[in-house]
Amino acid sequence: MTNIVPKISLKGLRKTFGSKVVLDSIDLEVMPSESMVIIGGSGSGKSVTLKCILGLLTADGGSIKIDGQEMIGISNSDRKEILSKFGMLFQGGALFDSLPVWENVAFGLLAQRLYNRADAKEIAIEKLRRVGLSPDVGTLSPAELSGGMQKRVGLARAIAANPEIIFFDEPTTGLDPIMSDVINELIVECVKDVGATAVTITHDMSSVRKIADNVAMIYHGNIIWTGPKNKIDQSGSDYIDQFINGKAEGPIKMEILKG
Amino acid sequence: MNFLAVIGRVAISFLRAAGRIGLFAVSAIAHMLTPPYYPRELFRQMINIGYYSLPVVGLTTLFTGAALAVNIYEGSSRFNAESTLPTIVVIGIVRELGPTLCGLIVAGRVSASMAAELGTMRVTEQIDALVTLSTDPFKYLIAPRILATLIMMPLMLVVVADTIGVLGGYLLATSKLGFNSGNYMKSTIDFLETIDVMASLTKATVFGFFIALMGCYHGFNTRGGAQGVGISTTNAVVSACIMILLSNYVVTELFYSS
Repeated sequence: MTNIVPKISLKGLRKTFGSKVVLDSIDLEVMPSESMVIIGGSGSGKSVTLKCILGLLTADGGSIKIDGQEMIGISNSDRKEILSKFGMLFQGGALFDSLPVWENVAFGLLAQRLYNRADAKEIAIEKLRRVGLSPDVGTLSPAELSGGMQKRVGLARAIAANPEIIFFDEPTTGLDPIMSDVINELIVECVKDVGATAVTITHDMSSVRKIADNVAMIYHGNIIWTGPKNKIDQSGSDYIDQFINGKAEGPIKMEILKG
Repeated sequence: MNFLAVIGRVAISFLRAAGRIGLFAVSAIAHMLTPPYYPRELFRQMINIGYYSLPVVGLTTLFTGAALAVNIYEGSSRFNAESTLPTIVVIGIVRELGPTLCGLIVAGRVSASMAAELGTMRVTEQIDALVTLSTDPFKYLIAPRILATLIMMPLMLVVVADTIGVLGGYLLATSKLGFNSGNYMKSTIDFLETIDVMASLTKATVFGFFIALMGCYHGFNTRGGAQGVGISTTNAVVSACIMILLSNYVVTELFYSS
């Protein structure tokens, strides 16, 4: 029997901010080439989970393994090497205002000294084309782009270095339904092209149904359910039912109602 | 008792902030000295900090030099010592007003701009994006800004501020106060000593360090949204100005106390 090492493995991951426990004990495994979508309400700890994996936030406890290698307590140089396996699409795009679009896309290639500027530009233009943007967009400034175009550029940047793992943070937030579907399609195609493992966090159920192989739900800092996308409607969990159907009534109480 | 507790809390929070800034400075210097280097980013910052600050620095010191000449002429004429004007203008400008005014103006322009830019990058996750793109934000954002300010403050801005400040005094004295051009220049050159220029350039370097450090520290540690960026920008300018005035006294003491 083959023992496949999970691409990402979280065990007992804990993160607090002062007295507020955001992640209580997160256990999650994402296998190679799997597309895992993490769902959960606002403030449930989805983004914090991603930031802990990337080392942008320091976990208070537990274990984070990438390809079996422990990330907590790792040296900066080792972390940098592991981070080169990642690409990420940020919620707001997080494009660098001071650089033209093509340099944004090619930033990782240039930072890792993988290519000279001319070759990096060529790859950037090709990636822009891959996400449906014409080469002349490359010379524009990010401020000149619409929200949907910024997401596409962010996606092109995320896949530019052919990463092994891609994180998508709320990829469709702020987009109209048609553009959301376009972005979802692009994510599925690009992840397949690159052959990457994908972790997406969202509360957009149409994204979940389009992107996911497996789904995990976070509630109160714990994973309360995980399973294949096609089982989500028969999960048997009242929490999942309430969330996917967007009902105000149910076991999940919004913080605003507690006071 | 409560009053003492308040004093204690303020003291602890001040020391904590000083410690954090100290660690930030050490880390910034360490990153400045070790590769990878970003020469394009350094050049961009040098242009932004040095070249684009020239007009405001030049105008300020030109008028200050002229005003200084008027004041000294009026004061010295009370005891028939008008001939000391060129000497006092050059010493006043080079030792004190050139570097200090230049520092304060550049603090307003550059510290604010660094804090606002880095703060916006922080709240829009651009700094997080740098990390995910295998780029150390300290090396890419902080080191070039501090190094560029350290280079441009003494080598361009304060040299220009001193020169134009003295020129302002010269133009006013020769055009309005009846000074002979050749005599004015001779007095200026004769009484300017190497130590005055050294003090001016040292001040410029120290001020440049604090201007960039405060802008970068407050911008990099911005929290919240637009309000957080505003707070960081204000804190950067205020703390840079305080550090400039404080270090001005310390450097002056080091150079001139006998």
